[in-house]
Amino acid sequence: MHELGITKNIVTIVSQHAKGTRVKRVSLEIGKLSAVVPDAIRFCFDVCAKGTELENADLEIIEIAGRKRCRDCQLTTETNQVYGPCECGSWNTAPVAGEELRVKEMELA
Amino acid sequence: MCTTCGCGENSKPKLIDPKTGNVVSIDLRQSHDREPAHHHDHDASHTKTIHLEAEILAKNDRIAERNREWFQEQNIMALNLVSSPGSGKTTLLEQTLRDLGDQMPIFVIEGDQETANDAERIRATGCRVVQVNTGTGCHLEANMVAHSMGKLQPSRNSIVMIENVGNLVCPALFDLGERCKVVILSVTEGEDKPIKYPHMFRASDIMILNKIDLLPYVQFAPDKCIQYARQVNPGIHVFQLSTTTGEGMDAWTRWLKQQVQSKEKMGT
Repeated sequence: MHELGITKNIVTIVSQHAKGTRVKRVSLEIGKLSAVVPDAIRFCFDVCAKGTELENADLEIIEIAGRKRCRDCQLTTETNQVYGPCECGSWNTAPVAGEELRVKEMELA
Repeated sequence: MCTTCGCGENSKPKLIDPKTGNVVSIDLRQSHDREPAHHHDHDASHTKTIHLEAEILAKNDRIAERNREWFQEQNIMALNLVSSPGSGKTTLLEQTLRDLGDQMPIFVIEGDQETANDAERIRATGCRVVQVNTGTGCHLEANMVAHSMGKLQPSRNSIVMIENVGNLVCPALFDLGERCKVVILSVTEGEDKPIKYPHMFRASDIMILNKIDLLPYVQFAPDKCIQYARQVNPGIHVFQLSTTTGEGMDAWTRWLKQQVQSKEKMGT
């Protein structure tokens, strides 16, 4: 439910840099553990972009895989969940990648 | 429309001072901080690629950091109370104010989509409180807390309790500048909430298991719930209590006092 507001943030950030020039493409990095759903961002994007420099821009979303590190044995593994046990049995793990929420770049026409 | 939570133009967040009834709208768009970026042409097709590398929540995080610095300067312990609606946040606050209010100054920010009902309940205990109505917004943001401080004017060496909008999803993403988040879960909600909403339970340092007086009447295994919470967040500290019977309240208020005392030591 917060994706609408997050998409508005994205449009605001890009619009500030476009300064009136039409934007052809926007590229985002969204981590798979970020609690933000890319499809929901895509759904909101057209509505939020309407009437701004971003109208009709292509939206590219680069999803970044989740990785967690065990604080006990230091092993780093891929993960799709923000929490979970390490192979050593410890639950004392923390994400080291996959929480990104970033506007990577934009292309002006 | 609000750029963070999606709330409409006609439902701007507003502050209500329950004492005077004064209402102040908050314009969250008044200061648009700009991200640094570098601009250069990438190819010869007359398009220009701009690398932004801009954090989408950077604006909120910057304001939250300013709030945190201000709280530290003032020696104030700010707690961000989060939960689903109906877990008993306001009742916990009322009881905490009754138990501790004469021993240390406590100030409250009440966040709800609509009404000043909760602020009225808090004010009835004699505590200074500001109500923030987020309109259709589903969480408090750092800017709302910054605005509230002007109205609330908490004294130095005090506690500020920020009661967030009832929602186990969105408030996890928004730092308000608090010392820590306190998640409240009642035994009527289901013991697997921590693994259903892991982001919130990871973001919180404290979990309060509330309404334990109802345990004989509901299917809820506290040990299982705590086990789930520790799977998600091994360091989470747990209090089990009932605001109705008062059972377990001692440990919670003792912890609050210890936190303020240790903070005072650090400050001197």
